[in-house]
Amino acid sequence: MLTFTIRRLLLSIPTLLFISLSIFMLLQLAPGDPMAQVPLTVPPEVKEKMREALGLGQPPLIQYWKWMVQFFWIEPQVLIDHWFGTSFSEGAQRVISWQTRSPVMDIVVQRIPQTLWVVGLSYVVGILIALPIGIYSAYKQYSVFDQSGTFITMIGFSIPPFFTGPLLIVIFSVQLGWFPSIYDTTHVVTDWASFKVQFMQMIMPVMVLALQTTAQISRYMRSSMLDNLSQDYVRTARAKGLRESVVVLVHVLRNSMIPVITVIALGIPSIFGGAIITENVFKVNGIGQLLITALFANDIPMVMTLTFIFAILIVLFNLIADVLYGVLDPRIRYD
Amino acid sequence: MTDATQGPEAFGALQDREPPKAPRSQWKDVWDQFKRHMGALFGGGFLVFFTLAVLLGPFLWQVDATQIDIRNKDFRPIYVALWDGSAKVGWNKPLGSDQLGRDILAQLIAGGRASMAVGWAAMVLALLIGTTVGVLAGYFRKLDFWLMRFTDLVLSLPILPILLVAVTLFRQPLNQAFGPEGGMFILIVSVVGLTSWMQTARIVRGDILALKEREFILAARSIGTTPAKIIRRHLLPNVVSPIMVSATLGLATAIITESALSFLGVGFPSDFPTWGKLLADAVQRMEQYPERVVLPGILISLTVLGVNYLGDGLRDALDPRIRGR
Repeated sequence: MLTFTIRRLLLSIPTLLFISLSIFMLLQLAPGDPMAQVPLTVPPEVKEKMREALGLGQPPLIQYWKWMVQFFWIEPQVLIDHWFGTSFSEGAQRVISWQTRSPVMDIVVQRIPQTLWVVGLSYVVGILIALPIGIYSAYKQYSVFDQSGTFITMIGFSIPPFFTGPLLIVIFSVQLGWFPSIYDTTHVVTDWASFKVQFMQMIMPVMVLALQTTAQISRYMRSSMLDNLSQDYVRTARAKGLRESVVVLVHVLRNSMIPVITVIALGIPSIFGGAIITENVFKVNGIGQLLITALFANDIPMVMTLTFIFAILIVLFNLIADVLYGVLDPRIRYD
Repeated sequence: MTDATQGPEAFGALQDREPPKAPRSQWKDVWDQFKRHMGALFGGGFLVFFTLAVLLGPFLWQVDATQIDIRNKDFRPIYVALWDGSAKVGWNKPLGSDQLGRDILAQLIAGGRASMAVGWAAMVLALLIGTTVGVLAGYFRKLDFWLMRFTDLVLSLPILPILLVAVTLFRQPLNQAFGPEGGMFILIVSVVGLTSWMQTARIVRGDILALKEREFILAARSIGTTPAKIIRRHLLPNVVSPIMVSATLGLATAIITESALSFLGVGFPSDFPTWGKLLADAVQRMEQYPERVVLPGILISLTVLGVNYLGDGLRDALDPRIRGR
């Protein structure tokens, strides 16, 4: 298992390199000029100097190499400096955003908590709703509960978040006035009343994202339970007189959770991608919203770094899912 | 004597008492199974209805979707008059008009045309790429490793950020080459198609790998059939069903992705309606005019729901293990 994990970790390095190179080349191909906003009265030689100051004078491959050095070598040093108070990264050039002229990672670190709060919580809520639904609808297959569950999950699949978001805003903020329509990220939780405000403003974005998660995970849970419920060991467990709750919730559930857990791990990065839209609807200033604004502002280092962070998440959670599968299911042997 | 006792009665068990049933074709079986799936029937019905509506709609409702009629702006849909007598409604604007007086029914029809066209075209493109990669990887062992590594690589790309990057960055040159609408159409269809073929490729490869070992392929190869002909004649017809199922999924994803891009403001130009664009434009004023958000949203959702149910039914109907039960 350890050798497998190490081999997968080594394999993920070329994958990440390829992904970063393709994102970089895609951005290189782009016709957008960061100097487009500079007034025409600025003389061309000054413009050339500004261009070089942004690191654009070099050939693309050197730019790519420098970005890699900054991202993989200098940024970790900055992190270590931040934690232990050392000064490894002093004077080194970090990845600088063209919009704000400040380091990209500083902005990302500011934005991540908002995304994690909304996205992470919605994922947990979605899973907590999905698992019981999946278990019960598999146990009572083709019952009214199962049929309506199927219908609701189909709807959850089909209604895009950019429709559920505004719909919830129309119903709960405009008509009923229960929840605020905009997520206030400057809000600080100090006491019970402010916690209540925070809770209220989180309900709608979390529900929008959780609907998608619930739909997906409960389908997987149901089919996985169905696969296991017809197995011989279930009949054996019943025959030796175990209670039905033990049979279903211990024997069957434990075996059915194996594929579901990998699906949950695989879904984590994609929920970050989906959160781009939800963040946009509820005006949450997380990293998805950061990506959109950076794109419109032609801020290439920011776009590059953010997209690559998404790629790292995907590769990392693919790896985690594979390893988990082997750990949870002793029948799977990779070597 | 013995001959007489062994008359027709003795062989009675071997004879067909009832006339033989007409031979049944595979597609008739598929249709019979499909008919029993109510959701799939409704879903397919919705899809056909919407497709016909956006195709024939402009002939029945001959109003130009981009026609600005500022005197008749901000009409409510006609049904609002049922509970609000003072609402500004009119039979000439059955679903109301927007802040520039453009007719919403006509916009929905035109928007549906664009969304459907993007969806179908991107789905066909993704299927073509996916099937080609899948067949090549499954049939030719030498290509298998590299094609599948490539598929895995593309699968680990962050799709939505890359879509956003590609659409924002390549909008300008394509607009100059093909005009604002044409350029955007090509761009969205190609980026959605190029980023959604991987599942099809994996499924097709798996099926081809299994089919390749069967006797009929061995027989075909032993009489000297060329690989190209084996693929066309023997392999492709056998993988039609997984391709059809992933086609429905692809159509749903393509429609949603196009709407999401329009919603985020990187889609078609503002005077070119699509469902996602209509929804996005109406969000600012949804307190006064909720119907402008709800109508395109419901159309997108119903279409995708229909397509998903159709896929569900097709999967059941095309699987011979489930069929007939």
